[in-house]
Amino acid sequence: MGERVIEGGIFLASLLAIVVLLGIVALLLRQGLPIFSYTPPWAFMFGTRWYPVSEPPTFGITPFFVATLWVTAVATAVAVPVGVGCAAYLSEVARPAIRETVKPVIELLAGLPSVVMGFIGLLLLSPLIQSMFNLNTGLCGLAAGIMLSLMSLPIIVTVSEDALRAIPDEFRQAAYALGATKWEVVRHVSIPAALSGIAAAIMLGIGRAIGETMTVLMIAGGALAVPASPTEPMMPMTSAIASGIGNAVRGGLQYQALFAIGLLLFVMTLAVNLIADRVLERQKRKFAR
Amino acid sequence: MRIKSGLSRQLSQRTAFGVLLVATIAVVLVTLFIIVRIVISGAGALSWSFLTQPPTDAGKAGGIFPALVGTFYLMLGTLILALPIGVLAGIYLSEYAPKNWLTRVINLAIINLAGVPSIVYGLFGLGVFVLMMNFGMSLLAASLTLACQALAMTITTSREALLSVPREYREGSLAIGATKWQTIRHIVLPQARPGIITGAVLAMSRAAGESAPILVVGAAFLVPGLPQSPFDRFMALPYHLYTVATQVPGMPEDNKWGVALVLLVVVLSFNVLATIVRLRARRRRV
Repeated sequence: MGERVIEGGIFLASLLAIVVLLGIVALLLRQGLPIFSYTPPWAFMFGTRWYPVSEPPTFGITPFFVATLWVTAVATAVAVPVGVGCAAYLSEVARPAIRETVKPVIELLAGLPSVVMGFIGLLLLSPLIQSMFNLNTGLCGLAAGIMLSLMSLPIIVTVSEDALRAIPDEFRQAAYALGATKWEVVRHVSIPAALSGIAAAIMLGIGRAIGETMTVLMIAGGALAVPASPTEPMMPMTSAIASGIGNAVRGGLQYQALFAIGLLLFVMTLAVNLIADRVLERQKRKFAR
Repeated sequence: MRIKSGLSRQLSQRTAFGVLLVATIAVVLVTLFIIVRIVISGAGALSWSFLTQPPTDAGKAGGIFPALVGTFYLMLGTLILALPIGVLAGIYLSEYAPKNWLTRVINLAIINLAGVPSIVYGLFGLGVFVLMMNFGMSLLAASLTLACQALAMTITTSREALLSVPREYREGSLAIGATKWQTIRHIVLPQARPGIITGAVLAMSRAAGESAPILVVGAAFLVPGLPQSPFDRFMALPYHLYTVATQVPGMPEDNKWGVALVLLVVVLSFNVLATIVRLRARRRRV
């Protein structure tokens, strides 16, 4: 009898993951969808003006959406070559001792809170970028993107390295037997074989960059215009929510619009994660023995 | 593939590995630079009174004691709320779950929970805990929000720790007449403990460093006194750092770096603790 109760509790606890996820979806839909009766979805997505407190208010999120694209693009451009290079070095070239030294450092990087990254970006990186590119302000998408790249690096390195290490050694040995050098094996055997896993790693990195809040809130600049280049100050979707929610009247139009941005953000990261998960599953099955 | 001379193949290998090495060194150096720089610049602000006094003069003077206490409460709250559920769900997924659609859905939900942006957890906490359940902007609402965010991690690490316990252990226990639950309780769980603890410590470290969700559900910059009940507003280190770095004009540099250093020490010491627990367990098992 007692055992039955415990097992029931165990089952209920495992359902909680579903409950929380559905709760998030339900809440975002309930609080966010009503804005579309004021601003149609099309105008919401492609409107370039965000004036939540003017009379009448306008809610167009293109500035935020484009800003998110810019910072994510910068982050990806920096993090992918460095991250995949680092993963290839650790898995294919490095001696075990070096690997065991570098991995904890990458865990440290993963452990740095995003507000600390924002702080470093604010005090050290953005003045540097300001003088390098001769800008009015160093608080811009470029600075935010570079700091974001550091935050998506750990996941790119870890997942890519796992993908590379999952390649059976017979693949490499076959290539060595044909007289290939170590680099030729890495370049023509290991990396192509692990490519889908590496692609999933990159997607997870992108998902991380899209959803990151504090770093972009502190150093992306917070301007409301549609940014034409990454060196302009901008406000990605996450910081639009974070900086607006404190002043929004509960249940008011701005409040609804911010939840609708949250909904879009949720859908974007969900899609990225689902695809990455699919790809990783398939890769795992391919080499499972 | 074009056939190249042995010498040029050696040369291209040298160059390529050199590039990969540079990428690796860059990651290591940047990480160490950030940490060392915060330690050096923050050490000047550190003092006993900085850690034990409340802030004065809009945070420009005095200490950060209430923020430290607030962060401690948040870590504790997250642990109390997320660990038991994580362990129970982990037990279900590793010991009981049949291979059916429901199990697949649960696993899918966990993967997706891990990817939900922290600010979206903030919106969820605001809508559900602050407003719907009427907990207000409070320590309780913030802990519940952070616990929801930590859930994916505590479930996953518990499940993996339990799955890594060899099947022979279970079979031996069942063979001498123990029930399934007795086996889990007395044989499997103790073996999985280091893995579960690692996950819990990492979840606490994460909760200590999170700012976006608590910014939405009730962290405050200056609160007189310490929180007396779970329904009080609170200060927290990451939110304090955000505010002193961006919102207070004329903030002394020293003070900012000091807050960053204390936050870093709290978060990273828990990270290092998790690593130690894991390494010690691995050594014992081999």
